[in-house]
Amino acid sequence: MSLLDVSGLTKRFGGLLAVGSLDLSMAKGEMLGLIGPNGAGKTTVFNLLSGFLSPDEGEIRFDGRNVVGLKPHQICRLGMARTFQIVRPFPQLSVVDNVKVAALARHPAMAHALESARAVVERVGLGARAGALAGGLTLADRKRLELARALATEPSLLLLDEVMAGLNATEIEAMVRLVTTINAGGISVLLIEHNMRAVMALSHRIVVLSFGEKISSGTPREVAADRRVIEAYLGEEYVHPPQA
Amino acid sequence: MDLTLVGQGLLSGFLFGGVYSLMAVGLTLIFGVMRVVNFAHGDMMVWGMYLAWLLSARAGIDPYVGFLACAAALFLFGLLIQRGLVERIVDAPHEMQILLMLGVALVLENVALVAFGPDPARVRSPLSQATVWIGPIFIDVARLVTFGLAMALTAALWLFLARTDLGRSMRAAADNPYGARVIGTDVRKVYAAAFGVGAACVGAAGALVSPILPFQPTSGLGLSVTSFNIVIIGGMGSLPGAFVGGILVSVAESMGAVFLSPSMKELVSFGLLIAILLFRPAGLFGKTAG
Amino acid sequence: MKLLLLLAVVVLAALPWFVGSYLITVMIFIFFYAYLGQAWNIVGGYAGQLSAGHAAFVGIGGYAAALLSAHAGLSPWLGMWIGGGLAALLGAVIGYLGFRFGLRGFYFVLLTVAFAEICRVIALNVDAVGGALGLYITFTGNPRQFQFQDNRAYYYVALALMLGATAAVRAIETHRFGAYLTAIRQDESACEALGIDTLRVKMQAMVLSSFLTGVGGTFYAFYLFSLQPNAVFGIPLSVEIIIRPIVGGAGTVMGPILGSFILSPLAEISRSYFAQGGWNGLHLIVYGVLLIAVVLFLPQGAYPALRRLLRGRPA
Repeated sequence: MSLLDVSGLTKRFGGLLAVGSLDLSMAKGEMLGLIGPNGAGKTTVFNLLSGFLSPDEGEIRFDGRNVVGLKPHQICRLGMARTFQIVRPFPQLSVVDNVKVAALARHPAMAHALESARAVVERVGLGARAGALAGGLTLADRKRLELARALATEPSLLLLDEVMAGLNATEIEAMVRLVTTINAGGISVLLIEHNMRAVMALSHRIVVLSFGEKISSGTPREVAADRRVIEAYLGEEYVHPPQA
Repeated sequence: MDLTLVGQGLLSGFLFGGVYSLMAVGLTLIFGVMRVVNFAHGDMMVWGMYLAWLLSARAGIDPYVGFLACAAALFLFGLLIQRGLVERIVDAPHEMQILLMLGVALVLENVALVAFGPDPARVRSPLSQATVWIGPIFIDVARLVTFGLAMALTAALWLFLARTDLGRSMRAAADNPYGARVIGTDVRKVYAAAFGVGAACVGAAGALVSPILPFQPTSGLGLSVTSFNIVIIGGMGSLPGAFVGGILVSVAESMGAVFLSPSMKELVSFGLLIAILLFRPAGLFGKTAG
Repeated sequence: MKLLLLLAVVVLAALPWFVGSYLITVMIFIFFYAYLGQAWNIVGGYAGQLSAGHAAFVGIGGYAAALLSAHAGLSPWLGMWIGGGLAALLGAVIGYLGFRFGLRGFYFVLLTVAFAEICRVIALNVDAVGGALGLYITFTGNPRQFQFQDNRAYYYVALALMLGATAAVRAIETHRFGAYLTAIRQDESACEALGIDTLRVKMQAMVLSSFLTGVGGTFYAFYLFSLQPNAVFGIPLSVEIIIRPIVGGAGTVMGPILGSFILSPLAEISRSYFAQGGWNGLHLIVYGVLLIAVVLFLPQGAYPALRRLLRGRPA
């Protein structure tokens, strides 16, 4: 049984088809990349999966269970955690307190939650800044914090929304290592990413969206060679390079 | 049901709606341009009333003339408040803005209380007593004049917003604050003007109402709540909405007074407010949030 | 710090034996409004949902207890809980409507004001509950009826209320509920994504807050011996309730207490000093100015600023 099974997922905003009849599935332990040009509907898919939006049509089965209609907090409790594209730390709380809020979902007692939070903070490499106020962190650290919070809810599936965005090359490398480690630890990852090198390096498989519809899927190599993908990203003339 | 009574109520409510509209237009302008909710709106209006009273009692100036001075005075006051206080918290969380304006409301209301005493006051205008008959229905001439002047002021405001540079800047800022800044609009000036004009509207409204209704320092809260009612019903930031809403709410209140007891008419307003808040917070003319 | 607090409690407990009746009365009001402020603090400070209609809960609690005492002979010591329960019911309704329909900020404030005003108008117009004249409670001085001959008894009741509510808020702060409230105040959507049922948590805060406030209504009724709709449901009382935690520090344990110790003496001074010619209004002018000053210069309130000062850290 696959971890995540999406079939016929559709969402419209007025006349605009944001996501059109999407089929997608993930096996346990997999790292699936979701890519596509801007406006392709990727974040909408995340919002649909995590319960922030409800689909007009389609089914979402997580661990065999239908999650359509559940509220975000219920879906999180079932084991699907997400990060936001524009990170949302609790600005007045410290790093560890931010993560503690998430840990409380699994460890209702404050002391245990704090322990768990500290461990996660170390794991993502924010140990040195555990006591710092979240509002004052650099972007790279805030991304780690966002990731740490999601991790602290002890998910089986992690949805990462453009976790590399805004990071420089060194920071990206570090983040790629971190995500690899997390996945190696058994957590399945579905990631939206624009940074192609990161996506290609991380993903076992890739799904490509364009204008809300899946136009390709397969291994990174297969997808990179797929002319429909090249066309979607770069335009038709790049499929057949213009004569000099 | 006595039809003349209903007809009377309808007409009376409609005419009074002119003032409500003017009052609400001022509030929605401030909100539309600055995204600030003026909790002191009703109390500013009360000051418009008291200024009109002062002019009438001390200088013998009829409120139907003096309203211009009241508008000017409140305009200056609005500028002061905006420059001195509101400007500093334009980017603060909404709760802070609410508390700030609540503080201003408290100060306004109680300075009036200390200055003028708690007893209801009224302004005498030679028109106060005159009535005109249309069939079985009579109209206070005062109400008619109030309505006419309120409409004139609203029309003037409309022209200002549509034709003048400053007015257009205000509308731009209301539509897209960031964009307005990008094209070089002096946002501070626009904000100050918006607050000033909004206050002027309500100052004029107060002066125009003063010959019709008795008022006291504590009237402010009720007027603020009514203003919010109207603006929410009409749609926050929508000028046509405020205009239509003012007439609607006034007529509804009037009908409430006719069919229920006058003291229960407030229940109608509040009930309406709650219903709108729950089911269509964007109001009649507002854009529904996505 | 803990030692200091303990000392303060001991001093307060011993105080009535050393000071005169006037000061005791002032202290009673300080404690009582600190209690109401602390109750509000749960939903207004910690959860960040600004309610400007908490007077409604005082009114419902007070009226319920008073009516039950007068018509059913029920001791206010019991009626207190029923009053609190009814207030909690209204709180649940307001909270559910507000939170379920996604009302935030200004819209939520307006919703709470609307409900409070509706209660006020109803109380004013329904003769069965006293109408415009309100309710009067016959003085019997009988402790079983929540009445005491000695002012000092009221002092201890008020002190107990304040300490009790403060202990409750402290407990909230150190448990999951408090952490959730603080997080919700900062970013609700992020909380939802982290497994927090924000609707439920906010409802719990609202119900608890309104319950405690309703219980306070009984004290109000049986200390002042009269319930006037305009006084007990009106905006001025709601302002009194919220201004102490806001000035003192919303979302902190000591905020409402500090706020009450600052504001009540100020109100007393302006009330009595300017009594001739002044009218009640002057202390409200002071409130207004303070509110403006706090928003502009000390948005987190006096207590956090004080704490920073005492610890020598820069702001």
